[in-house]
Amino acid sequence: MDTLWNTLHPFVQASIGGLLIGLASWLMLASLGRVAGISGIAASAISPAAQAPGERGWRWAFLLGLAVMGALASTLLHTPASAQRPWPLLLAAGLLVGLGTVWGSGCTSGHGVCGMGRRSARSLVATLVFMGTGFATVLIAHYAVFSWT
Amino acid sequence: MLKKLTFSLLSGAVFALGLVLSGMTQPAKVLGFLNIGGIVAPERFGAWDASLAFVMGGALCVTLLAFAITPRAGRKPWLAERFELPTRQDIDRPLLLGAALFGIGWGLVGYCPGPALASLLTGGLDTLIFVAALAGGMWAAKQFPILKSTG
Repeated sequence: MDTLWNTLHPFVQASIGGLLIGLASWLMLASLGRVAGISGIAASAISPAAQAPGERGWRWAFLLGLAVMGALASTLLHTPASAQRPWPLLLAAGLLVGLGTVWGSGCTSGHGVCGMGRRSARSLVATLVFMGTGFATVLIAHYAVFSWT
Repeated sequence: MLKKLTFSLLSGAVFALGLVLSGMTQPAKVLGFLNIGGIVAPERFGAWDASLAFVMGGALCVTLLAFAITPRAGRKPWLAERFELPTRQDIDRPLLLGAALFGIGWGLVGYCPGPALASLLTGGLDTLIFVAALAGGMWAAKQFPILKSTG
């Protein structure tokens, strides 16, 4: 299966994957009437604050589907799925992504895919900002003394 | 309730399939996309990988359509009483600062929340460490919503 898939050009693979991400967001919108923003779903799922009954369950179900299908698909396709970074960097990056997506109300899915899909100016600005600092970080890391580049 | 859980699980599963097929769960590929130095000087920075732009493009083709036709006045979602979509339109400091921090973290490792969680069971120790820190960061941000006070 993976050999057949790998005959496709990376741009085609990326587009097919993107369409599926869009369809998953549409399914969430049409069925539960919600935005498929993964950082928001995850942060609310683990939030200790009291929530209305039924508000936590669907979030955990989404995360379960995400983790299980992610494992299944990457196993079947033999996708390399490791970050291969020193652990202090993994910790710092995870912390920044966690803080940033909660304070900034969204991530690549909530702002990039759903928010821009809703033609929200907030999401467009957020997406431009996180793409910008992402570009800048990779650029700076190239010049920094870290050995991983 | 069971229907809600099933559809939510299904949405998460299709989302993960899209992430894996598109290459988003491979941090090296994500960093290759963020490597804009490669556009102007590939011999110096390494090649730029444009493919992830197609992920966003493909997804937006669907969501632009979805949000234009699905949440209409007088219509309800299949399994809920109403659509619960974000309503805020102000561009405030928390949004800008949060997005900026998120981008830095994304650029350091190449994981945003979706791909990290989709790799949780197969990504090994690296992914576990990242996701633990991610959860810690989310929890901390909820405890210290200092930045929210301006919004």
